[in-house]
Amino acid sequence: MQPNRLDQGGLIDRGRPLQFTFNGTAYLGYQGDTLASALLANGVKLVARSFKYGRPRGIVGFGAEEPNAIIQLGRGGETVPNLRATQVELYDGLEACSVSGWPSLDLDLTSLFGLVGRLLPPGFYYKTFMWPRRFWMAYEHFIRKAAGLGKAPDTADPDIYDKLHQHCDVLVVGGGVAGIQAARAAANAGARVIILDEQTQLGGMLLASHSEVNGMPALDWVAGQISELQGHARVTVLTRTTAFGYFDHNFVAAVERRTDHLGLSATSASRQRLHRIRARQVILASGAIERPLVFANNDLPGVMLASAVQAYLNRWAVAPGRRLLLVTNNDSAYQAALDWQTAGREVVAVLDTRPGSNGSLPKAAEAANIKVYRGYGLVEAKGGKAVAGARIASLSADGQSITGAIQELECDLIASSGGWSPVVHLSSHTGNKPRWDDEKGAFVPGNSLQNFLAVGASNGEWNLKACISQGYLAGQAAARAGGFDSVDLESPVVNIKETIESAQQAVFLLPHEMPTSRAPKQFVDQQLDVTAAAIELAAREGYQSIEHTKRYTALGFGTDQGKLGNINGMAILANALGKSIADTGTTVFRPAYTPTTFGAIAGRDVGELLDPERYTAMHRWHERHGAKWENVGQWKRPWYYPQAGETMLEAVNRECLAVRNSAGMLDASTLGKIDIQGPDAAEFITRIYSNSFLKLEPGRCRYGLMLKEDGMIFDDGVTACLGDNHYLMFTTTGGAAAVLSWLELWAQTEWPELQVYFTSVTDHWATTTVSGPKARQVLERLGTDIDLTPAEFKFMDWRAGTVAGLAARVFRISFTGELTYEINVPAHFGRYIWEAVYAAGKEFDITPYGTEAMHVLRAEKGFIICGQDTDGSMTPDDMNMGWAVNRNKAFSFIGKRSLERSDTTKGNRKQLVGLRTQDAATVLPEGAQIVNSLNETIPMRMQGHVTSSYFSPILGHSIALAVVKAGLSRMGDTVYCPLADGQTVAAKIVPSVFYDPSGERQNV
Amino acid sequence: MLQIYCPYCREMREEEEFSYSGEAHIKRPDNPEALSDEEWGDYLFFRKNPRGLHCEMWQHTVACRRYFNVVRDTVSYEIHETYPIGSQPSKMTDAALGSTD
Ligand SMILES: [Zn+2]
Repeated sequence: MQPNRLDQGGLIDRGRPLQFTFNGTAYLGYQGDTLASALLANGVKLVARSFKYGRPRGIVGFGAEEPNAIIQLGRGGETVPNLRATQVELYDGLEACSVSGWPSLDLDLTSLFGLVGRLLPPGFYYKTFMWPRRFWMAYEHFIRKAAGLGKAPDTADPDIYDKLHQHCDVLVVGGGVAGIQAARAAANAGARVIILDEQTQLGGMLLASHSEVNGMPALDWVAGQISELQGHARVTVLTRTTAFGYFDHNFVAAVERRTDHLGLSATSASRQRLHRIRARQVILASGAIERPLVFANNDLPGVMLASAVQAYLNRWAVAPGRRLLLVTNNDSAYQAALDWQTAGREVVAVLDTRPGSNGSLPKAAEAANIKVYRGYGLVEAKGGKAVAGARIASLSADGQSITGAIQELECDLIASSGGWSPVVHLSSHTGNKPRWDDEKGAFVPGNSLQNFLAVGASNGEWNLKACISQGYLAGQAAARAGGFDSVDLESPVVNIKETIESAQQAVFLLPHEMPTSRAPKQFVDQQLDVTAAAIELAAREGYQSIEHTKRYTALGFGTDQGKLGNINGMAILANALGKSIADTGTTVFRPAYTPTTFGAIAGRDVGELLDPERYTAMHRWHERHGAKWENVGQWKRPWYYPQAGETMLEAVNRECLAVRNSAGMLDASTLGKIDIQGPDAAEFITRIYSNSFLKLEPGRCRYGLMLKEDGMIFDDGVTACLGDNHYLMFTTTGGAAAVLSWLELWAQTEWPELQVYFTSVTDHWATTTVSGPKARQVLERLGTDIDLTPAEFKFMDWRAGTVAGLAARVFRISFTGELTYEINVPAHFGRYIWEAVYAAGKEFDITPYGTEAMHVLRAEKGFIICGQDTDGSMTPDDMNMGWAVNRNKAFSFIGKRSLERSDTTKGNRKQLVGLRTQDAATVLPEGAQIVNSLNETIPMRMQGHVTSSYFSPILGHSIALAVVKAGLSRMGDTVYCPLADGQTVAAKIVPSVFYDPSGERQNV
Repeated sequence: MLQIYCPYCREMREEEEFSYSGEAHIKRPDNPEALSDEEWGDYLFFRKNPRGLHCEMWQHTVACRRYFNVVRDTVSYEIHETYPIGSQPSKMTDAALGSTD
């Protein structure tokens, strides 16, 4: 039983009934229904409680403009919040509920609403949240509950979403009559065309009207053209597809809903597709949205747009009431009254704010014996939870004041029309400022900043015949602009009954006998409960700019972006300020046009595919040996290798001690490696690094600091001379890509005369580091033709040779302070050499160690890690590394001049020091702030912070590196670290090298 | 998202292939040591921030790895031209271009 369903008509299939539930109650609808049309067919009027005041709300519109019927669809992982019931296609088994946070729609919470109303005056956010601050938590809790913003899924979305990258000559947004003509014209001229529309099928407003073209229903007339488009080789037709954002250089993002109309679990392929469309030309044919008139209690369920009443009647065969009262300032709305009467329902009256009209439709209404009150306004809607009647009165000729006595009429449905607003959202996304057109009574797209044309109703053209020719001409023009010689097909010959249309009246807020501030609420933005009184109050409080008023009142801030309310709000503000609408201007619409799912935007870039992971050649070995992972950039590096029952600290201590006492092995393959060649390679490297490489001989390595031009350390590493004009530069793991771009920048833009070439070889080589006092014996056991005697293969040497039967480069460089060999082999042999080292080291109990042990070992030695101990504000002197700077080089290397700036030479810069905690077992947290005295008043003067901090198993106490103001001259001072938990740790400033300060162990 | 013509690859490519690299036509002083702190600070830190045409460098990071110059309108984001390092734009006025190399 669907009490409001008509017996015939509509684009629905009465042979296919569908069951659904709304807020737990079961209903029946038909194939072809939207959730909104099915609810109205079932006589459901109350669909939401309003945001601020908790007032009952009903369905107002029939498309993207709907402010009230915002629903949550389904449950679990596939649930979708914030959908408009007017755009949800009905399917069997659909479950929906209101997103409103109130316990129940029917529960009367009047007393509580009164309280809320007082809590939420206009400008509430600014007036109330500022003070007292301690109330904020209570407000937030309350508002979130009241706002009803929908629920996020509580499990991962099981569905698949796709992205398509599309290119076309002409993109047509909107498949109404203008868009269809544009697509035909462009395709016929030879252009590749995409036409898309958010509705189930093309046709636009024709789907909801009874227009005639060439003596047949207009929908039948375009049906042939639609199938022509669908069969056209150069045309892609996308329905159920919303262009939600129009970005730079004619890039349009559109989401296609492929299976949502079949049910949330009906997915066999992808549920939605994101089309990323790059178009040479864009034609915006996105139509227009009817504006409601604003009057007292205009939010009662049963107050709708005239166009919505017409659409529900004609498209879905639903009459959402019995007795219609229509109020309008224009001709077009009369069609709703005529259609209502044709459907066999009673039209109580039409109230026309204009003193008169010569238009064809008003005449037709009077000929049909519909009672028309000329020069009348609707003062106030009457009713409890739904419309029961209206108070009306005669108006002055300008429609701005009441001139006669109030009369009352009974009705259960009020339709209103204040004219039409072109959908200028997409053109606004491009930075285009809409222009107010007085004659059309609408904002239309302004001067174009990108290659688009707006046509039809989206350009303020309301006449069907004009829309047809405008669309066709735009399609031809776009094709021509895209380089296609139009074959100049004639505009289609159409025969449409000529009609006369009288101008609409510039009336937005209908007058009440009481001033706006005292009258019953006159809603402008129903989703956020913004009233005419609130806008007038903002004007009285000094707000002049529409952008400020928008933020002050929250006008247009809802998920509907004020599609219905914005223009009325601007007009009311303009009136209050005594300005014109053109001078008041409009706010900026931003993407997305309608809410878009995260699923569509993320596409397949989720889970494992969110970000690439980089593995070394030895990855599977680490995995098999129980490595825990540390993410370093995209690399997965072994963090530590716990043995059964070991804690992280126990594992790291074991790994550290193995390196100090015998031998450890580390996968160092992830370090950045840049092969540098060319006759000017040494000169180039010397300009880039703080020290000189001009005299570095083949077979030798040198450590260097890389500075930015401001003198701050940016990266560091060892560079080896491989041969004449041939070098290998090691970078930090995380800095490899940035360093390569940095080298290329200088080589290409500043010193193109230098002959030097760079190749990233990070992935080409696998590096096994053997470190510890037994390292030499491990290499001997491994088998190599390289002479390992200390005199022949010294610290900071490298040698090429055969290791374990493989051609290898071995570098004697050390990040642990122990005797170390870094064995580099082509990456394909990485796993082989790693396992060979592991086997050869067995008798020395060689121990694989991860990045954590590496960090502890290097911190014991006071070796810095760029990006951990430095932060882009540290010079070499700050790091106590002046030894790595050669100030006598002929060329003023990058960053050198900045080392002499007054700021970099001042005395109290933060400097790298060591910290010893008073309690040897206490490990300071990294990032802990340092102060001089606990007796200082708060806020204390910060002296620096802890950059690295560990427990050193070889030393038996904690160690920390820190940067402290003038720290190098404060050895022995005690400083304090106040921690977040309220405790304070006292520590003594000590040199930053804790272990083997003379460096003997690496030099054996 | 911008679409940028790489003057080396000679194709329009998507912005995600490129990296922005700051204002173009800033020449490193020949003799930094001869400059005062203030002059050096101008070179280091001060950049144009025009409302309108802006010469800037981009790198075609995931393709040819070449740096090149772009004239972009900071209001409309329209790209007027792209041209190799070491050459001058054809459409910029000297005033908009400032010091050149
Ligand atoms: Zn390129």
